[in-house]
Amino acid sequence: MSGWTGKLLRVNLTNGTSRIEDIPERWLRDYIGGRGVADRYLWEELDPKVDPLSPENKLIFATGPLTGTPVSCGARYMVVTKGALTGAITTSNSGGHWGPELKFAGYDLLLLEGRAPRPVYLWIYDDQVELRDARSFWGKTVSATEDGIRSELGIPGTRVACIGPAGENLVRYACIVNDKHRAAGRSGVGAVMGSKNLKAVAVRGTRGVPVADPKGFMEAVWALRKKLAEAPGRKGMTELGTAATIDLTNAFGGCPTRNFETGQFEEAENLNGNSIKDQRMLTNKACFACTIACGRVTRLPGETADKYLVNTHPRNWKTAGEGPEYEAAWALGADCGVGDLDAVIKANWLCNDLGLDPISMGATLAAAMELYERGIIGDSQVELPLKFGSGAALVRMIEATAYREGFGNELAEGSKRMGEKFHHPEIFMGTKGQEFPAYDPRGFQGMGIAYAPCNRGGCHLRAWTPGVESNGTFPPHATEGKAEWVAVEQNKSTAHDATGICLFTGTGSQLADLVPCTAGATGVPFTLEDFVKAGERTWNLERLWNLKAGLTAADDTLPERLLKTPHTSGPAKGVVVRLHEMLPVYYQTRGWDEQGVPTREKLMELGLASV
Amino acid sequence: MTKLLKIIPEKCTGCMQCELACSWVQTGTFQPSRSVIRVNIFDEEASYAPYTCFQCDEAWCMQACPVNAIAIDPDHGAKIVLGEACVGCHLCTIACPFGTVFTLPTMDQHAGKCNLCGGKPACATACPTGAIEWGEAKGTGEWLGAWGEKVERRFEEALAGGTR
Repeated sequence: MSGWTGKLLRVNLTNGTSRIEDIPERWLRDYIGGRGVADRYLWEELDPKVDPLSPENKLIFATGPLTGTPVSCGARYMVVTKGALTGAITTSNSGGHWGPELKFAGYDLLLLEGRAPRPVYLWIYDDQVELRDARSFWGKTVSATEDGIRSELGIPGTRVACIGPAGENLVRYACIVNDKHRAAGRSGVGAVMGSKNLKAVAVRGTRGVPVADPKGFMEAVWALRKKLAEAPGRKGMTELGTAATIDLTNAFGGCPTRNFETGQFEEAENLNGNSIKDQRMLTNKACFACTIACGRVTRLPGETADKYLVNTHPRNWKTAGEGPEYEAAWALGADCGVGDLDAVIKANWLCNDLGLDPISMGATLAAAMELYERGIIGDSQVELPLKFGSGAALVRMIEATAYREGFGNELAEGSKRMGEKFHHPEIFMGTKGQEFPAYDPRGFQGMGIAYAPCNRGGCHLRAWTPGVESNGTFPPHATEGKAEWVAVEQNKSTAHDATGICLFTGTGSQLADLVPCTAGATGVPFTLEDFVKAGERTWNLERLWNLKAGLTAADDTLPERLLKTPHTSGPAKGVVVRLHEMLPVYYQTRGWDEQGVPTREKLMELGLASV
Repeated sequence: MTKLLKIIPEKCTGCMQCELACSWVQTGTFQPSRSVIRVNIFDEEASYAPYTCFQCDEAWCMQACPVNAIAIDPDHGAKIVLGEACVGCHLCTIACPFGTVFTLPTMDQHAGKCNLCGGKPACATACPTGAIEWGEAKGTGEWLGAWGEKVERRFEEALAGGTR
């Protein structure tokens, strides 16, 4: 087999056994790889009603046919499981070097089931698979765990994906971090891993990835690379990283500030791409095979590293790390009203090292700050004032959350559960239990329909509308055509994810450019139509899974604040999200009935009638 | 004048395209474990440094080899491993002071080192940021400059018939 390895490694953590299985070739063709194939495994094997933190839940790491190849940005793998934050199926993506290493070891997918009786880590060295004692690493941070495991194994080139203290402590939005700074961030995949007593997966692979049509494949690789090299969007990404986006969202009143109180942050300039680059960036960094290199390696010089202190980590525990990128800069910055770049950088590093999703972390803290500012929680309940704009609160509460200390124990449950506990559910700004990322749908209507029915809750990576809503394709405050656009875009991004290529290749190329790469690698004569269909099939399968898990059309909604309370100033003044205009069109475009259930005709068209 | 690989670590982003290209030339698959250019990532220093054989004039690998399995390619001066002669004893990997001769993860455990791809190094072509240049040895950079001059001197000698 070419492109794909066609193999799944199944590890049962309860009894410590492992088995290499053939992945049905039909599934690879139907779903392209990665996310869709993993979805199919969950569909076949996992009761959608299980408790996400029970041993019955399954955790899948999935690469695509182009992961580990020189196609630009062929670094990605997807973590698929039932999310601890959402209770829905989740698909959480990460780059770095870990995914390609799994591929080089010979596997498309790694499926973990059960729960280890004591903390373990999994060591995969090609065919050699071993569960090793991880009691000495339990409690350690991400960087200490990775360094410790690499030195214990002593095999050069070993890559580690692990959880930090947050995952161990079952923080609902704990992430899985690989290569110290790259994370499968959202929906609490790290908590699922922690619930399995699995501290880390270390991989070393020495095998090669063959391709079916070397000439055609390399031509497609170079065509994509040339396009990317020349694209202005890609150049901006290399120079300024994703954080440049804050200029765009702020200009349109779509940069949610202080838990979505307003749509513009007055200190946005402190957090933008230029500020990071000019003040704190050492260099940019690439993931495996990446020809963009949007990663920001930052340093806090001198005393700035100690400006905001944490308890557990020693003073000056770290002066260099990675981030922030836009989503983190927004969540930890604008959403909490913090305009101090140094506080945001330190907060971002803490999230990476403790294993927390900075989006949900920042958004949950912002919700808590709203509770505090409104007097719903008082000084007796918190160790320091949770005022909007407080860098000290931002930095310290991240640590408190990871270790569930004091009020951190409330934050660790996410803003939906926290809001319900304090009888103010309106502070939760998200969908299906997952906090929104950095786009206010009152500034960009399209994000409203991108968020509401999204399979994994609030998410910007399935259909990113600010691009087409700011370049004249669609007016930002209109609703016409957006539901249709979002549905198609979700199908496309799903196929894009399935290949194992980073979505940021979209800064200079299209999904169509990945089709000849995939065809060349696998030898299957894929067309763009096949790709979009595979994306649609995957999307519908995830939808069916969610419906079986108990989610309904009532979950395809947005918080009242977005639907009823307009901004009082700025470019989005007076606008609310007109979801009621878009959602029916979305269902119709998808071929779903009024309750958001895929129709029999649609399922037959997608070859899903038998599932 | 001869040509050499010039590596500029400041331009490297750590993407490993060079390793992919190197393994592709050697094996026809994408297999970084077979690459003889390696990217070292120094996270704390935010530094990424590709390294491969400098084609140094002393060539201790060549001198250490007990079966004369390393020789100079007369066309472009690279020290190359003669696969059919190599017995996999690994003396060359120990002899190299720079750690740029590798044990290949193959059945016969042969030594592997950069052979400059017969004069068209794939790593230099693949590098997206220009961190690996294929250029004239003389004056191509301060740290490599000294090496380059030595290599060139030996190369000229080799061409004049004095092959070791």
